[in-house]
This record gives sequence, C-alpha cells and structure tokens, in this order.
Amino acid sequence: MNCRSEVLEVSVEGRQVDEAMLALLHTILLHRSTGKFHYKKEGTYSIGTVGTQDVDCDFIDFTLVRVSSDELDRVIRKAVAEFKDALGNSGSDGMGQISLEFYQKKKSRWPFSDECIPWEVWSIKVNVVNLANEQERQICREKVGEKLGEKVINIVEVINRHEYLPKMPTQSEVYNVFDTSLKDVQPYLYKITYQITDSLGTSVSTTMRRLIKDTLAL
Amino acid sequence: MDSDLSPQDKKDLDKFIKFFALKTVQVIVQARLGEKINTCSSSSPTGSDWFNLAIKDIPEVTHEAKKALAGQLPGIGRSMCVEISLKTSEGDSMELETWCLEMNEKCDKDIKVSYTVYNRLSLLLKSLLAITRVTPAYKLSRKQGHDYVILYRIYFGDVQLTGLGEGFQTVRVGIVGTPIGTITLSCAYRTNLALMSSRQFERTGPIMGIIIDHYVERPFTNMAHMHPCSYRSPGEDEGGTYAGIEDSQEVCTTSFSTSPPSQMVVPGKEGGVPQVPAQPTHGTAAEHGRIPSCPTGQSPQLAPPTSCSSEVKTVSPSDALETTFTRKVGAFVNKATTQVTTTSLDLPFAAFAPRAYDLQENDPMVHPPPSPAPSSPLQGSLHSNTSSHSGGQPQDDFVMVDFKPAFSKDDLLPMDLGTFYKEFQNPPQLASLSIDVSVQSMAEDLDSLPEKLAIYEKNIDEFDAFVDTLQ
Repeated sequence: MNCRSEVLEVSVEGRQVDEAMLALLHTILLHRSTGKFHYKKEGTYSIGTVGTQDVDCDFIDFTLVRVSSDELDRVIRKAVAEFKDALGNSGSDGMGQISLEFYQKKKSRWPFSDECIPWEVWSIKVNVVNLANEQERQICREKVGEKLGEKVINIVEVINRHEYLPKMPTQSEVYNVFDTSLKDVQPYLYKITYQITDSLGTSVSTTMRRLIKDTLAL
Repeated sequence: MDSDLSPQDKKDLDKFIKFFALKTVQVIVQARLGEKINTCSSSSPTGSDWFNLAIKDIPEVTHEAKKALAGQLPGIGRSMCVEISLKTSEGDSMELETWCLEMNEKCDKDIKVSYTVYNRLSLLLKSLLAITRVTPAYKLSRKQGHDYVILYRIYFGDVQLTGLGEGFQTVRVGIVGTPIGTITLSCAYRTNLALMSSRQFERTGPIMGIIIDHYVERPFTNMAHMHPCSYRSPGEDEGGTYAGIEDSQEVCTTSFSTSPPSQMVVPGKEGGVPQVPAQPTHGTAAEHGRIPSCPTGQSPQLAPPTSCSSEVKTVSPSDALETTFTRKVGAFVNKATTQVTTTSLDLPFAAFAPRAYDLQENDPMVHPPPSPAPSSPLQGSLHSNTSSHSGGQPQDDFVMVDFKPAFSKDDLLPMDLGTFYKEFQNPPQLASLSIDVSVQSMAEDLDSLPEKLAIYEKNIDEFDAFVDTLQ
C-alpha cells in the first residue's frame, strides 16, 4: 500500500499565514476525525457525535469549518504558530512547507519500537509575500480567500475518492489507528511537521522536525 | 439489483438515503441563514445524530423537504434539488446556486451498507459543510438583511439550471457508491453576479421573460415555494426589513422604497418593481412524479413567512410609455397605483404658451438686455438655471412634464415652487431699467444733481417730520 500524498500551494501575506494554515489543516482534520468510539460487547462499537464550528478569518475573506474541539484547535494552532515563527526567523524569503501526515502504528517485536506507517500525507507549501500598501492588502484578502476556497474543493475531491482508509480497529487496536487522547473527538493518528526552505530555494538547509503529536517514544 | 441486497440492508439503505437527503437540505439552508453555525461535539452518542454529525434540524426546513419528497426518495432520474436565490427589497430575484442530490445507475454491489455506505455518507456531509462556505453565495448570505434576503426552494425531479445565467460553474461535493446506484452531490453556482445592476434598469419584457421562462412550466406558483433562509418566528412581517437597495447598483434615485409617496418616477428611468401578480397563473407542479397536492392559485393563502413573493409591492408596468408615469408608493403599501398621464393634466403653461411664444423677442432669456445686471441674485440664478427651459417653450407637439417635488405644498400659494419659478422667469422689466439709456447720459445726470439737492434742502422739514413718525 502506497502512501497517498497530496500537495497544496498557497501564496499569502505574512499576517495571513496562521489563518490560511488553520483553514486547510482544519478542513482536512474535519474529514479525518470521527466521534469517540465506545466499544460494547461482542466487538461492536458506537460512535460519538462530531460538532462543527464556523470561524471567520480576520485577515482573509474566508470562513473555515472546523471540528468543535477546543483541544484539537489548540494543538493545531500551536503547530501553526511554531511554523510561522520559523518562517519569520528564516529570513526574508518566506517559503516553507507544513505537512500533516496520517499514519498507523504497527507493533514490532522487542527491542524494536513501533513502526509508523503513513497512509496519507498532506503537504502545504507556503510562499509569503510582502505587500506595499493597503489596497494591495485588500485585494490579497479576497484573492487568498478565493484560493483557499479552491484548495478546500481540492481537498474534498481527494477525500471523496474514497481511497485507502485504515480498517476500523478492534478495541485493542484502536490506539494504533486513532488518536484517542482528546475528550470529544477522535482523529486518525497524525503528526504535523514543517520545513523551511532557504532563500536559495534549494532543499532544506534548516530542517526542524517537531513532532507535535506522536505517541512514539524516541 | 435489489435481489442481491438483503431486505434489512435495503431497508437500512433507504433510511440512510432519506435521512441523508434531509440532512443535506438542513446543511445547505443553515449555511445560507447568514449566521455562523456552531454545534457541539459529544463523546456519548445520543442515538439521534444521524451520520455521527451534530446537524440541527430546523423544523420548517424538514417540513419543506419532506413535502418536496412526498414520500419518495432521491433515485435514478429523481433528483432532489435545493435552489438558493437572492431577492432584493425591490422585488428582483436571482438564482444563485442549485445543489443537486442525484443518483446514477453505477452500482457497487460489494459495498457494506450499514458500515461503509453510512460512513461515506457521513464524510460527504462533512464535505458539504466545507463546500457550502466556499461558494460565492455564502458571502452574499452572510450580508443579507435589509437590502436583500436569501431564499431557498426544494424541488424534486429534473434539475433546472437555466436560471443560473451563462457561465455557471459546477463543483462536485462527492459521491458515494451504493448497491442500488451511486449518490452524487454537486452544486451549480452562478458566476455572473453583475446581472443585478443591469436588471435594475430594464423593466421591460426580457426581465419578466427570464422570470417567466425559468418557471415556464410552473410559473409563479412556485415562487410561492421560495422560503427565506432566515430563522424567524412565524407571523413576523418580513416586509419591514427592507429599507433600500444594495450599494452595488446605480439606481435611479427615485426608485428607493423609502421614497415619499408623492415622488414621481421619471419615465424611461424606471426604477419601479416589475409586476408581480397577486394571483399566480396556474401551472403544473414543478415536481415531476409528485402527487399534485398543492392547490392552484395558492400563493395568497400561504402563511406569510413562507412566501416572500406574495407581498404586494408597488407596481409599475414594464411597458411604461414616455407620456405615462407612475406615482410610486412606498413599498408594501396596498394602495393601488395611480397612473397619471399628461393628457389628464392641464398644460401648466397653457395660459402662457402663446404669450411666451409672442414675447420671445422681449424674452430676456433669448435676448438678454444689453446692460442691466440682474436686480437680485435670485433672478440671476433663475436666468442661469432656467435658460435651458426657454428653448423648451411649450409647442403644440411638445408635452410638458410637470415635476412635483417632494413635500411641496400648494395650499399657501396657488402653485408650487417649480411652477413659481417658471412663471416668474419672465417678469416685466422694471421701469427704471427700461429707461432709454441713449437719451440720458452721465453728464446730464450730474448736471441735474444740484437742482435736485436744492429741492431736497427746501423740503428738509418734511423729511425730518417723516423720520420722527418712524421712531
């Protein structure tokens, strides 16, 4: 089984980075989260309810839909903030990539640690532009809003191909497929990483791998 | 086909499709309410949240959806459509998008109904939640209120996309294969929103034609099925929210619904409302295959919150002639409009017409006097403002249009201000100004001064006595 890989590219102004990333990451996670599983006897389970929230962006003409889970929102915001800081610190170029990877854990025998097998990776390439005046910023607001709309349509298109999804696990296996740490929703196991491209546009000169969400103990 | 499906699976699948259709309608309409939607996640399943999603059920919307479905399910050749349109306070309406839930014949026999189909339908609803915030109508719906409202209409049968204008785009939300066919959910949305501004001026056949053509098989009967995408308590007067026109249009200033009752509309720059018949013409029901449970001519009987279109608005005929103009009444006033034609008016300058014609030689507009300055700034301004009117003296073949400005009173003067100005644009020359200048020269004036002074000195006592009486 090959890992499915999708790339999305956006060009945004500096102050739009947060919201643009949140919009795309939350849209993906909305589709990759279920309600909490409640296992019953005989291997059956029931699924909790997922609520949604509309969030208006301040710097982009866009409203994103996210899962109603403050915990999940906090985690994603933290990751995006770190990415943005890294982008800001990298220099004037402002190009980077944030990746959302869904994976499954596969237990290995001792002494080897569990394997993480990704089954879907979303890479969002960001190009930060600098704008000279307010008029350009206003145009950028609208344009980025439209672009995000197009990206949402792309995401939905990929997801609705109904390609590989991990099988619904039994109670003992649920931790290998889903992130069960949140109270109210249950996304598939995921991790967010980012890379900053240097000003030459070549491959990464400063690679910072931050495993925001990884239950693997290294 | 169905024989491969167990009865339980078939029953489950029908239930899933039915509730999926109802939830789809809820998501779409709620996304056009103009508000942000928030629902809570719940870790303990309540058993009532279909597809494991917290989607509220607005009872009115469910009722309309069930009415449209009328016991049937979306199936092959039977699509369920939710049409979203915009209606301005002037009565203009424009279709914005049509969401279609369809089924095609491609079956997926191996798919598990109770598990995979259910989960994929859930995924499709999530996609719908995301996509409904992305189409252009979302932004419009967030700004609805005083100037326009968003309406929805649910119908069953063939998809109608003609009202979306040219160049409409389609976005596919997703598909779910089932053993009896593949469910597809898509949205066709209008891209040309600029139509609104040109429509404002064209109160002629084509605009009406567009509306009529769209509903060619089911004309205004189905306007009655348009419902506002707003969660208001029944009985509230919807008309009260309309106050004016959206800023995007270059509208004739007299066309606002808040204009005073006496304001006239200039012919040819008609800003009035296209005629909406109070009694819609009869037509077949839109929904093919639907039991015609709706009586014809139904719109006046419908409850107020559910039929925006049955409001009685001002009517100005689309075929306004040059000599006919309509007294515009404030919106939602049930008075019949009065059509005033110039033939029923007395020519305002009937008395003056021949005189003006004859006096053209003496008319100071046409032949300005050689030297005298205007005796007052007002007269000066009359000259400049009304000089254009001098050329427009009433001729036999020229019809004067009487402008009656707002708030004019005709009880104090026998005429209004405009007429006053026009009548007095030709005042008789002042006696002192009509002195034949060539007779007297400046020198003679100066010579006669001492004589005058002597006379005044002689009569000084009289002058003093006069001044005393004034004190």
